[in-house]
Amino acid sequence: MEPARRLTREDAAYVARLARLALTEDELDTYAEQLAAVLDHAAQVAALDTEGIAPTAHPLPLRNVLRPDEPRPSLPRDEVLAAAPAVEDGRFRVPRILGDAP
Amino acid sequence: MSGALELAGAIRAGARRAVEVVEEHLAAIDALDRELHAFVTVLGDAALARAEAIDAALARGEDPGPLAGVPVAVKDNLCTRGVPTTCSSRILEHWRPPYDATVVGRLREAGAVIVGKTNLDEFAMGSSTENSAFGPTRNPYDPERVPGGSSGGSAVAVAAGFAPLALGSDTGGSIRQPAALCGVVGMKPTYGTVSRYGLVAFASSLDQVGPFARTVADAAAFYDVIGGHDPMDSTSLERPAPRTAGAAAVGVDGLRIGVLRELVEGVDPAVASKVRAAADALGAAGAAVDEVSVPQLRYGLPAYYLIAPAEASSNLARYDGVRYGLRVEADDVEAMNRATREAGFGPEVKRRIMLGTYALSAGYYEAYYGQAQKVRTLIIGALDDAYQRYDALLGATTPSTAFPIGAKVDDPLEMYLSDVCTIPSNLAGHPAISVPFGTDDAGLPVGVQVLAPALGEVTMVRVAGVVEAAAPEPVRPELAVRS
Repeated sequence: MEPARRLTREDAAYVARLARLALTEDELDTYAEQLAAVLDHAAQVAALDTEGIAPTAHPLPLRNVLRPDEPRPSLPRDEVLAAAPAVEDGRFRVPRILGDAP
Repeated sequence: MSGALELAGAIRAGARRAVEVVEEHLAAIDALDRELHAFVTVLGDAALARAEAIDAALARGEDPGPLAGVPVAVKDNLCTRGVPTTCSSRILEHWRPPYDATVVGRLREAGAVIVGKTNLDEFAMGSSTENSAFGPTRNPYDPERVPGGSSGGSAVAVAAGFAPLALGSDTGGSIRQPAALCGVVGMKPTYGTVSRYGLVAFASSLDQVGPFARTVADAAAFYDVIGGHDPMDSTSLERPAPRTAGAAAVGVDGLRIGVLRELVEGVDPAVASKVRAAADALGAAGAAVDEVSVPQLRYGLPAYYLIAPAEASSNLARYDGVRYGLRVEADDVEAMNRATREAGFGPEVKRRIMLGTYALSAGYYEAYYGQAQKVRTLIIGALDDAYQRYDALLGATTPSTAFPIGAKVDDPLEMYLSDVCTIPSNLAGHPAISVPFGTDDAGLPVGVQVLAPALGEVTMVRVAGVVEAAAPEPVRPELAVRS
C-alpha cells in the first residue's frame, strides 16, 4: 500500500485549500519540499505489511458517556460572547456566507 | 531551592508564611526571566493575594490543602478563567477563557499558588520552544541552547527556581524531553488518569497533562493532586488514579526491569552511558535487570508524525475567526477563515495542519493515516508482550542533550527525531517519567526514562526513586536563583 508518487507543489496548494490556509507562494514552495521529506520518512510505515491488523484510534476502549438529563447552567453567555471578534444581538457575527444568486 | 513538599510542610506548620515564599519566587522571576523567558504571563498580584488568603486560612486554623502556599507554573495551553491562555499563538493572543481547566481547579483546591503561565511551542507543536509566537525560552544551563519542548517554559521555571512545581502537557514527549534537557523530573501519566478538560487540544488520543518537579517525590505528590476521574472529560478513566505518595522511597527489590535496546543504541554515547549506570544501580538495589529489544518501536516516530498531525488538523479547524481569537476581515466567510488562519498560525502549526490534512485526504487516508493506526496496534502489542516479562522498562529520554538555538529549526524532520524515545508511551497511552542523571562533558543535563504499563505509576515511581538516589549530585544551572 505504498503511495505511488512524491507530493508536488500542486498537491500542497490543494491541501492548503482544504485546510483553509491562504498560504503565500513562498510558503507553498517550502511546505511542498518539507512535507515531501517527512512523507518519505513515513514511507516505511506505508510499506509495512499490516494484513489482518486492526487499527488503533485511541489507547482506551471508547464508549459513550451519559449523564442524567437534568438542566444545569451553561457558560455565561455574555462572557462567551465577550471573547468573539464580532457579535450582534447576542450572536456571533460573520461575513457573508452565500454568494449572490446566479 | 526548596522542594514543594518541604515548602508546603513548612507553611502548614507555621514555620514559613505563604506570602514570603511567593514573594521569593516572584523576585527570582523578576531577576532572571528577562533572559530565560519561561513565562508568557506572570501573575504577581494575583499570586500574592492568593498567598495572603492561604496565610489567613492557616491563621484561622483551616487546612488549605497538601500544596498550601506552593508556587506553581502552568503551561499556557491550560485554561485559566479570565487570565490570558495564548498557547503561544497569535491566534489566541488576547483570549481569556471563561472557565478553568480541571487540573487548574484541582491545584487551587490543594492550596497551590499559580505564579504564571509558561511559554511553549505554539499549540504544543515542537521540541525546542522555538516555535512560540512570543520568542524562544532559553536553557538555564546555557542560554544559547534550547530548553526542549513543547513545555520548555514549565521545565525552565522549575530548573531556574521560579516554582518548585509546574504543569505541562505531553503529546509525544513534551514534558519528558524538556525535563531531561533542563535537569528536572517530568512525568507523563497513563492516558485518562488526568483530566484533559480545559487543555487546549492538539492530538486528543495522545495528549496528557502531567507534572514537572525537582524531585520524584514532589512529582508523585503533584500527580496525586491532579489525577482522578473527571466527568467533564469523556476519556477520563472511571476509576481512581494510582496513588503514588511514598512510592519513591519504597525501593525496587524483586522488580524485573528491562533496558530497552531501541532507547539506548543510537543515542549519544554520553546519554547511553547514563542509562547503563542507572541500570547498574537498579541491579545493585535488588531489581532483576536485563536487556530487551522491542524492534517495532522504530516505526513509532513515522507513525506518530502521521497520527498527531492528522488529529491536529481536525482539532485546529476550530480556529476560524468566529467564536474567539483573531479575525482578519474579508468579504465572505471562507476568505475570512483563510486569511485569519494564515495570519494567526506560525510555520510549524501550518506545516502540521498541512501534513495532517494530506494524510487524511481522499486517496491517501489508507496509505498514511490508516497504516499508522495499524502500526500503533503493533507497538502496543509489542510493549504488552514486554510487560509480561518486565515490571518496568528503562531507556534514554532524549537522543542527545540540549542543542543550540536555531540548529534544527529549518529542518522539521531532524527536529522530529528529538522525540524518538518518548513517542512510544504516547502511542500506547502508558506512563513514563524522566529523571535527571548527571550531565555530559559540557555540563548539560541528561535524563533517564522509566516506562511502565498502563496504570503502572506506582511501580514507575519506585524505579524512578531509586534512579534518582543513584544519580550524580545535581549541578545547579548557570542561571538559577541562589538560596
